[in-house]
Amino acid sequence: MFGRLTIEALPLYSAIAMGGALIVVFGTLAVMAAITWMRAWGYLWREWFTSVDHKRIGAMYVILALIMLVRGFIDAIMMRTQQAIAVNSDGYLPPDHFDQIFSSHGTIMIFFMAMPFLTGLINLVMPQQIGARDVAFPYINAMSLWLTASGAALVMVSLVIGKFSTAGWTAYPPYSGIDYSPYVGVDYWVWAVLLSGIGSTLSGINFLVTIIRKRAPGMKLMFMPLFTWTTLCTSVLMAFAFPAVTVVGVLLELDRVAGMHFFTSGDGGNMMNFANLLWIWGHPEVYILILPAFGIYSHTVSTFSGRKLFGYTSLVWATCAIAILSFTVWLHHFFTMGSSANVNSAFGIATMIIAVPTGVKVYDWLFTLYRGRIRFTVPMLYTIAFIVTFVIGGVTGVLLAFPPADYLMHNSTFLVAHFHNMLIPGALFGYFAGLNYWFPKMFGFRLDERWGKRSFWCWVVGFYLAFMPLYMLGFMGMPRRMEHYDVAAWQPYLVVAFLGAVLILVGLTFTIVQIVVSVRRRAELRDPTGDPWNGRTLEWATASPPAPYNFAVIPTVTGRDAFWTMKADGTAWRRPARYEDILIPRNSAFGPLIGAIAFVLGFAAVWHMWWLVALSAVLAAIVVIIRSSNDDTDRLLPAAEVERIETAWLAEVAAAPRPVDEPARGVPSAALPGAAT
Amino acid sequence: MRISPPIRRCLAVAGAGALALGLAGCATSYAPILDPQGPVALGQRDIMFRAFGIMMIVVLPVFVLAAIFVWRYRASNAKARFEPEWESNGIDALTWIVPALIWATLAYHVWVYTHAFDPYKPLDPYVKPLEVQAVAQDWKWLFIYPEEGIASVNEIAFPAGRPVTFRITSDTVMNSFFIPALGSQIYAMAGMETRLNLLADRPGAFRGRNTQYSGDGFPDQHFAALSMTAEDFDAWVAKAKASGEGLDAAAYEALAKPSSKHPVTYYATVEPGLFGHIIARYDGAMAMTAMDHGGAAAE
Ligand code: HEM
Ligand SMILES: [Cu+2]
Repeated sequence: MFGRLTIEALPLYSAIAMGGALIVVFGTLAVMAAITWMRAWGYLWREWFTSVDHKRIGAMYVILALIMLVRGFIDAIMMRTQQAIAVNSDGYLPPDHFDQIFSSHGTIMIFFMAMPFLTGLINLVMPQQIGARDVAFPYINAMSLWLTASGAALVMVSLVIGKFSTAGWTAYPPYSGIDYSPYVGVDYWVWAVLLSGIGSTLSGINFLVTIIRKRAPGMKLMFMPLFTWTTLCTSVLMAFAFPAVTVVGVLLELDRVAGMHFFTSGDGGNMMNFANLLWIWGHPEVYILILPAFGIYSHTVSTFSGRKLFGYTSLVWATCAIAILSFTVWLHHFFTMGSSANVNSAFGIATMIIAVPTGVKVYDWLFTLYRGRIRFTVPMLYTIAFIVTFVIGGVTGVLLAFPPADYLMHNSTFLVAHFHNMLIPGALFGYFAGLNYWFPKMFGFRLDERWGKRSFWCWVVGFYLAFMPLYMLGFMGMPRRMEHYDVAAWQPYLVVAFLGAVLILVGLTFTIVQIVVSVRRRAELRDPTGDPWNGRTLEWATASPPAPYNFAVIPTVTGRDAFWTMKADGTAWRRPARYEDILIPRNSAFGPLIGAIAFVLGFAAVWHMWWLVALSAVLAAIVVIIRSSNDDTDRLLPAAEVERIETAWLAEVAAAPRPVDEPARGVPSAALPGAAT
Repeated sequence: MRISPPIRRCLAVAGAGALALGLAGCATSYAPILDPQGPVALGQRDIMFRAFGIMMIVVLPVFVLAAIFVWRYRASNAKARFEPEWESNGIDALTWIVPALIWATLAYHVWVYTHAFDPYKPLDPYVKPLEVQAVAQDWKWLFIYPEEGIASVNEIAFPAGRPVTFRITSDTVMNSFFIPALGSQIYAMAGMETRLNLLADRPGAFRGRNTQYSGDGFPDQHFAALSMTAEDFDAWVAKAKASGEGLDAAAYEALAKPSSKHPVTYYATVEPGLFGHIIARYDGAMAMTAMDHGGAAAE
């Protein structure tokens, strides 16, 4: 009945694990109680959970990402604390617990923080940037969200029931095989990755079709905003790379539960196949994470320099080049597996080619500052910090692409420093910049600048303190994933890294304070026009937050920076001759239902409750069939209703002092946020 | 730009603390990667330094330009030129050409030095290397000296100046064999053999370890790598021979059981062909010799 689930699965083995479990349980209960107390269940269900509006789905993705960022960071600071004290001692975490923490930290940060963050921002912004009313497949979009959420829920549940994997975020066999990891941890990892991976594959296909099919009339590919371009490339990568990780997860699970031998060291299986398959997904994955951030930086740097982007064409081609090349370099993750010098150098050289388009991008952003008028808003601060810090990570990346140098630095904290150097300034800061930049599009008001800047400084300085020492520790021979150590000379560096993590904790706290303060000051921070930053691309042509249909009349595009041109020509915020009825997709319980079923399926599979697995698989199939046989999915918003919404908004725009009365080309006025600093 | 006083104080304290600890760290640190003890590690470190230097051609301008542009074109500086449509095909072309040239230079180095430092390549074709068979176990290293007929756990010795050739496998999960001061790590995988050639310039005591996470005992899975004079090495072999213990199939089974912080142990005799048997336990795995390692595997 309950498979291998027994009372033993509760974390009674350790006070710290028990504490973690209690926090999860009581945290969830507290949130649920609060919602009940506010009588918000109905509202949340109707307006949010069942929503298929891309902007709402985007916002929910971002909220999921922020929650998981907190969880992932708690893992991080626990590891930092352990390593700061565990010299010649066991510290406060036993190996089994420490190993779960680095595994869950990596898994969460990649799959459940970064992926939802970027998917959320894409959802929010990309359809508006191309002048569309929604993504191509709104129901699949909801399903992707709830599949991702169910994967995240599985990882969280593993804190309370059973244990998480100790095999790292890469789960290399044979360690992750049934012989060495017999308990449920690796199964939690596999099912969390499988469920969210299917969600990501579907998102990729969805975005791809949206960009190809739903661009506003006149928007040629080479007129598309850069964030849309990077989304296009990221979507190609998602659609083509994620199936590899799905396959690798399925095969690993077959090895584990069905006695098969894809990756075991005997009976014809081979662990090297796992490494190859995993990284055929894994390397494109890092570009999936970073390309959208590149897109965000391209917008912030141009908006807040008050000038057009330098080298648009180069940036587009560089993005495409990176996307294609990212499929050709996976072997650099295991140069030390004994391949021949020819193979290793071919992959080393291929890896370094990627540095060329990346270098091009960095210079294009730099020259966008040139002869601009730089406003130091929060998104711009992140952008500048990114440009400077990212090249450091780039240098260490090229060093690791030298096979002979990798033979020295592989598996060391130097590698850990390198990839955090790419992922934090490269991806996460980009998402923060995007969050601050586009937040008004989500909720209609800007984020507080003061707390945003405080948070920014803590994150940046904290980052340097937390990760620069790890480069040195790599030279000192410290491997990654060390639960304790006996080399006293490492400790000072690890203490500095710990201080850095503390500063990041302050930064993260300030990020949360920033959101709370902004919600309380929302009246002051309101964005009446929909264009708070004097933006250049079409997402600023809608209201903040946009009406369900985004554009009452689909705009016609004649060049790049479409909204900028409209403002210059005086055609922005124009009342059309007449309004039309608009079809918008109806809300549906389909998304949350599929998510719930997927969660039960995953949980049952982890605990070998096969009857429940079968039952939920059948249920899922039925739900999908019912949903696909229903053609009556749209509701009509009558022209009169559209007119009412639009008139109210345009009246507000007219009443707003800015930026309507501001010359679109010319020196941004001091009234713009950040101009005075 | 304004940073509020409490934050500034926080940052100042953190910064000062970091600096102090950093200096304290530097004074006591020993960084084997920066202080190589053999030609392999030395060459690998130097190629890293050289690549670093070459990259500075494109990297330093980023720091300088970023500082200049951000300062000069700040919104409050009304004196700076403002040209929102400014483009330059020349600079655009340069942003491709310069990185591409640097890539070409680096690519040349990758090709040459990856071949020069192929871990499978014997270091000196005219000198017969000392052969050591290394077996990763949970959570220790077994070293078999086939020619001397001895074995040791968690300690290896070899004469300084004489090339050592390692044949490496694992009797457990994937491990990675690494002596940082001597350079080049390589994976140890069950059912397979990988190879590594190293040389220590001078006598000295180094530390080696598994760098691939392998479970609970992983942090303590290190060993002593002792480079010694030829006489000392002979004495070390004699010491092992005098230990009286023999490594036969039964003793091996006992040893292979998971254990942490296994004390240094010597075996006076080793069952012939043991290394091959350990690989063959995982029958049906891929090739018995080193994987697809091109030409080098044929040796
Ligand atoms: C916010 C501050 C962060 C801190 C302080 C931090 C800290 C750490 C630490 C201490 C480790 C273990 C290092 C070791 O193995 O010795 C680690 C591993 C890792 N981190 Fe982070 N991290 C942070 C953010 C991130 C972010 C934003 C991402 C990804 C988007 C990320 C991805 C990873 C991955 C993939 C691993 C490897 C896990 C493994 O070994 O399996 N981290 N991090
Ligand atoms: Cu990669």
